[in-house]
Amino acid sequence: MADLLLELFSEEIPARMQGRASADLQKLVMDALAAENIFADGAKAFATPRRLTLAVSGLPLAQEDRKEERKGPRTDARQKAIEGFLKSAGVTLDQCTVQEDKKGSFYVAVIEKPGRAVEELIAEIVPNVVRNFPWPKSMRWGKGSLRWVRPLHSILCTLDGDVVPFEVANEPDASIKSGNVTYGHRFMGPEAITVKTFDDYVEKLERQKVMLDPQARADHILTDAKNLAHAQNLELIKDEALLTEVAGLIEWPTVLIGQIDDEFMSVPQEVLTSTMRANQKYFALRDPKTKALAPRFIVVSNIEAEDGGTAVVNGNERVLRARFADARFLWEEDKKQTLEDFAKKLTQVTFHAKLGTVAEKADRIAKLAGKLVEDLPEASTAEPAEVLNIVKRAKVAGRLAKADLVSGMVFEFPELQGFMGRYYALNDGLDAEVADAIAQHYQPQGPSDDVPQGAIAQAVALADKLDTLVGFWAIDEKPTGSKDPFALRRAALGVIRIVLERKISLDLGERLINAATHLGNNLSLSDEQRQDLISFFTERLKAYLRDQGMRHDIVEAVLSLPGQVDLQLMVKRIEALADFLKTDDGANLAAGYKRAANILRIEEKKDGTPYEGAPDAALFVDAEEKVLGDAISKARALASASIQGEDFVSAMAALATLRGPVDAFFEKVTVNADDKEVRENRLKLLSEIRTALHEVADFSRIEG
Amino acid sequence: MTSPKGRNRSFQSLILTLQQYWADYGCVILQPYDVEMGAGTFHPATTLRALGPKPWEAAFVQPSRRPTDGRYGENPNRFQHYYQFQVILKPSPENIQELYLQSLYELGIDPKNHDIRFVEDDWESPTLGAWGLGWEVWCDGMEVSQFTYFQQVGGIECDVVAGELTYGLERLAMYVQGVDNGYELDFNGQEGDRKVTYGDVFHQNEVQYSHHNFKAADTDMLLRHFEDAEKECASLLAYEPPLAQPAYDQCIKASHAFNLLDARGVISATERQAFIGRVRNLSKACCEAYLQSPQAGGEK
Repeated sequence: MADLLLELFSEEIPARMQGRASADLQKLVMDALAAENIFADGAKAFATPRRLTLAVSGLPLAQEDRKEERKGPRTDARQKAIEGFLKSAGVTLDQCTVQEDKKGSFYVAVIEKPGRAVEELIAEIVPNVVRNFPWPKSMRWGKGSLRWVRPLHSILCTLDGDVVPFEVANEPDASIKSGNVTYGHRFMGPEAITVKTFDDYVEKLERQKVMLDPQARADHILTDAKNLAHAQNLELIKDEALLTEVAGLIEWPTVLIGQIDDEFMSVPQEVLTSTMRANQKYFALRDPKTKALAPRFIVVSNIEAEDGGTAVVNGNERVLRARFADARFLWEEDKKQTLEDFAKKLTQVTFHAKLGTVAEKADRIAKLAGKLVEDLPEASTAEPAEVLNIVKRAKVAGRLAKADLVSGMVFEFPELQGFMGRYYALNDGLDAEVADAIAQHYQPQGPSDDVPQGAIAQAVALADKLDTLVGFWAIDEKPTGSKDPFALRRAALGVIRIVLERKISLDLGERLINAATHLGNNLSLSDEQRQDLISFFTERLKAYLRDQGMRHDIVEAVLSLPGQVDLQLMVKRIEALADFLKTDDGANLAAGYKRAANILRIEEKKDGTPYEGAPDAALFVDAEEKVLGDAISKARALASASIQGEDFVSAMAALATLRGPVDAFFEKVTVNADDKEVRENRLKLLSEIRTALHEVADFSRIEG
Repeated sequence: MTSPKGRNRSFQSLILTLQQYWADYGCVILQPYDVEMGAGTFHPATTLRALGPKPWEAAFVQPSRRPTDGRYGENPNRFQHYYQFQVILKPSPENIQELYLQSLYELGIDPKNHDIRFVEDDWESPTLGAWGLGWEVWCDGMEVSQFTYFQQVGGIECDVVAGELTYGLERLAMYVQGVDNGYELDFNGQEGDRKVTYGDVFHQNEVQYSHHNFKAADTDMLLRHFEDAEKECASLLAYEPPLAQPAYDQCIKASHAFNLLDARGVISATERQAFIGRVRNLSKACCEAYLQSPQAGGEK
């Protein structure tokens, strides 16, 4: 058994690419070894800004020897054919055996394939992996032809401490030769280090101020940042993405704390946080009680400075002052205009060439939001005068929702869209609910993001998303495979989450038709497109429920029934079915269904005819038949009425009444009676069980 | 902060230090190109010389004009006219990062006390039809340089990759001098009556040019200049033999006219793309013609 250590040492690798790259390195090398029948005990990959490293343990020293048989010509074939075969197989005639088949005897060459040394395989595999590495973007440097994410300087490759010799060509520049040398921290340990094994490597790097494991760097940053915050009675605002990024920008984290001048604290917090995060990669801190942003920041330095970090902190504070001065300038400038002024400029901004300007979109959102809000619980229970007021404000919020896109601040910090609209709305004296709707209408932006709170915000959020979906469906720009440039999946998921989490009843079909009437630009949504969009929603709903841990077969059983247009009702039915199947009655009934369906399938196949339609009560022989027949009629009527009334629990209860009669029927009654008519009648009765259950869900989809 | 060499840290000595450093390395030290341009990358010593197989190492200061960055002299760190110091090393040497870091050291930035970072920043110039990969270099969180490995220029794949280093001189000087306001930069290193600040030299320029860029420039004339430059560029390239370098001057002029028109706010979003496309066409044609010229050293 042997251990492999591989390091690809380069100039600074973009932080966002490191995680993926180390995983790719591991996969590519391990897959290539597996293709050669080489399997290791374990493998682990790491990345720092300047290196990708792979450590593989427990590799066999060589492939197993193999014997390969190759079928040749018949023994009475022409001499030339036999010679040709021997030549191509690389054997002599006495290395062949003779075997017999129906047509007679033929030669079989037995080729001995000694297993190749793993060292030799690695020397082939690594250059290949380097040449074909799937970087999102790669480049050439100097005169060379090799591509890497940034210039690749050296390759360290040892097997049990000994160099695995190979070269990666970089014509016409010199090849990169593998060796056992690497380098430590750019500034704190630049000397060459000679290493043998992985442990040796990690230890020497550590001594040369390189922390190899990105997780260890992130942990270190988090711990130190929390401690520094705590010492000042503050708490760190968690930011996983930033933490990962910062851990990819340094090889040796030194965490420092800096001050923000009080004069900037009047600028909106989101602006300050965005500036710190996006431009400077700083962590923000807050007061643990009030949750207000604190005038401090955490910066992670790549060096342990000789002066203890004074110059680094001073420098960063100075940069931040300049950044904040810029941000405050934009904030003050933007406030000189109203959101209405900004909204006028949206006529100059294209939303999509075929879907018009953002101003047109905002008009559509206003119209849709005004309509949608009427059906939301807050409005549907309000006095008529209040309803008018809510509708009016929803329209204002809709029309102004996108206005901040042309503000100086959002131009500089696109991620502040919505947030700035809220501040500017408040600055214009608009009411808080309208301002919040502007801020929240982009929500939810991801699985961990909240859905909008108030009715107006929900209406604007739904309107924006429905308009987007209907528009892109009308121009046939649907997501395909992994491509979803307009984030339409996220929009549909947003609609689903708002509707479900805020318990909104919404007739999807009708809403889509309504949304489509406002599209303008000579666009409309055909019936086919609308159906397709509804299916798209259904698919998103399935994915959403799967993520929630709902059994996929139960989801399928409900969603495969046609004619459902209300997302909330779909989910209620799914939940009722899931609950039902957890009960004894439910589980037994599902088993009874399966049994009935199996018998029917077999008999229908045998007879070549389907058994459908109502059984003839006159032909019932056993009491259990009659009981079941009656029970089905009753249960079916009850279930159907309950479904109509959107009472899925009652529908399930109606089905539950079937359990006893079904069980009794299977216990007492022989379906395949001798009498042909009685048999047919019993088969029809079985098909009635199937029909009754399908009132609620397609039970054939239920597994287990 | 103390400079390792204890040198005078005035704005001009910063330039002199960089020039001396890169001259010692063996670069050709050029003077600024005498046509208005948005960035040092437009200098023919960068754009054109990045093409073809011939080695080329040069360094120069280039005044850069970005009309939309005008702030009437009111913003302490945004100017519509500023200086870039540019180094072009072709082919990019193996130790280019070390060479760059050493130049910072010469300027008084000791990486043992300052946090120097190479942060991903891919460069693309739609008007030049050029792109490259590289970083912005941070010193204690401040971007002090751009570092790019050219991959394509004028839509043409670079035969040999040039490394381009661009120092933002005002930023760097503000950092080295510990000044928050660019106009307060010490320009000449003198004291008392003889002291000259960056503001003494440039503040009025910023005020006047901001008026010019945003309000006063004659847009009909600029549009005419753009079109004239475009025509002249084409006719110089059609001349036998093609006059790639004079044609490229016209390309730079067209680009600057476009930038001024943009600042004057007379170009709509859709037109904007079209204008950029027109400049790119000029730059591509010039680059292709340059590759044919003996200077490019190629047999293409």
